[in-house]
Amino acid sequence: MSFSTALAHHFLPETILALGVLALILIGAWRGTRAFGLVNELAAGLLGLAILALFFGQTSEASLFEGAFVDDAFARFVKVLTLVGSLVTVLMSRDYLQRAKLGNFEFPVLVVLSTIGMLLLVSADNLIALYLGIELMSLALYVAAAFDRDDARASEAGLKYFVLGALSSGMLLYGASLLYGFSGTISFDGIAKAITGAPPLGVIFGLVFVLAGLAFKMSAAPFHMWTPDVYEGAPTPVTAFFASAPKMAAVAITTRIVFTAFPGIVGQWQQIVIFLAIASMLLGSFAAIGQTSIKRLMAYSSIGHMGFALVGLAAGNEAGVRGVAIYLAIYLVMTLGAFAAILQMRVEGRPVEKISDLSGLSRNNGTAAFFLAMLMFSLAGVPPLAGFFAKYYVLLAAVDAGLYPLAIIGVLASAISAFYYLRVVKVIYFDEPAPAFDQSPLSLRAVLAVSTVFLLGFWLYPAPVVEAATAAAKSLF
Amino acid sequence: MVVDLTHYLVVSAIVFTLGVAGIILNRKNIIIILMSVELILLAVNINLVAFSASLGDLTGQVFALFILTVAAAEAAIGLAILVTYFRNRGTIAVEDINSLKG
Repeated sequence: MSFSTALAHHFLPETILALGVLALILIGAWRGTRAFGLVNELAAGLLGLAILALFFGQTSEASLFEGAFVDDAFARFVKVLTLVGSLVTVLMSRDYLQRAKLGNFEFPVLVVLSTIGMLLLVSADNLIALYLGIELMSLALYVAAAFDRDDARASEAGLKYFVLGALSSGMLLYGASLLYGFSGTISFDGIAKAITGAPPLGVIFGLVFVLAGLAFKMSAAPFHMWTPDVYEGAPTPVTAFFASAPKMAAVAITTRIVFTAFPGIVGQWQQIVIFLAIASMLLGSFAAIGQTSIKRLMAYSSIGHMGFALVGLAAGNEAGVRGVAIYLAIYLVMTLGAFAAILQMRVEGRPVEKISDLSGLSRNNGTAAFFLAMLMFSLAGVPPLAGFFAKYYVLLAAVDAGLYPLAIIGVLASAISAFYYLRVVKVIYFDEPAPAFDQSPLSLRAVLAVSTVFLLGFWLYPAPVVEAATAAAKSLF
Repeated sequence: MVVDLTHYLVVSAIVFTLGVAGIILNRKNIIIILMSVELILLAVNINLVAFSASLGDLTGQVFALFILTVAAAEAAIGLAILVTYFRNRGTIAVEDINSLKG
């Protein structure tokens, strides 16, 4: 297969987005301030096109660019999730940004740029590709966090995210340099081949630094400190983006690097992953209890969910990776649905974000109240909603791998976290009504309805997601 | 005295630690944090170039060039965010960055 056909077959989504985003920038520069609506629609079109390219593209494995980029079933699975997260964000952001007088064409451009970074990250197969993917993703996200530049809270969120993100990139790089030095190569396969028997201390240090850097990006405790502040300060569509697409990419690359570069030292990284998982699950359960802002609540909720995804990774086998893949898919739907509901919280034209603003939603808007309540049940992991199955697959993998304490802590953390999710349901159904929300745009109501239907119907027909996740997990081993 | 790989690694480790300490301990202003980030990246570059020379493999130096490029972009974005923050708050002291907490 020649290089150009390999590109056309395995690099098509990235090519579409990279060329498309250049066109978007030109259109934006040409039409100026009136460009937002058009650029927003075109960005959604590009992301949709990239999803179609993945669905109807090749199903074979290929390695491109001297082994820097790998296209396999795992990469394609996570890429579809990432693209769905970005696409839904673009669709949901339009109304909010226009009403907040933030309707600048740069926002969809930043989302697409950051998505290219995520796609490259998911497919990264050596340390340089890993670093460049992470930076392309993060640099666009730093700007997106501070997108509301006249708002002190948004620029503070951007600043915090930038400082901690730069620190985490630095730690990741230091680890990468040690891995390169002590194994003599940057390719993941080469590192795996170079580590035989007891690994040198340099490799262990490198592994710890790289995992710490990646834990920052997926906001796993104890590297989570930026998450609540950035979620609260950034404009809500940006928060929805932060909670969905980048997490998919960060968890995916962590999974890929531990299984392709360190298959020989499972015992070493397993300890770190178990620690991250337990810390995240417990922090996500306890710290969210006292929150009054729904965006901060979602921040701690996402930290807890990343902990559960890491439980699957800690199992260290194919069943565990399958659990992680299923978890990511279901978490993505739950998060997007929850943020579609949060974006609808608007009273007399102004966005509100206190949990108490949801009081008595069932009497003002019964449909939205039902959907949001189902989302909360699913986030809590109540059967038969999809959130239960997400937790079931990762905990099952952990139990099969003999990690009983981890699984028990996971179940307990899940029970504790149910408290604050159910409190939201109680506020919606049993408190005195707060002022009713404004009529919300169709896109938000559609996302909320579709995600809830997916969560409600998952147990009836889980085969597509489970089969795709099984194929994805198989391709890593 | 022969300067071998270990010396470079020790220097790099010291510079890296200084960078991390500069971010964590610094209470004065954010410019110092940006400088600390640069220190961390330069420590990584020392590491990579030293390893590259000792392994006789050019990949490390290519990696270092990529890091220099990305570091420039990162500094530009950091300063831009810093400017918007200063315009809103009128200060860049680290201890004043506290309107978001809970």
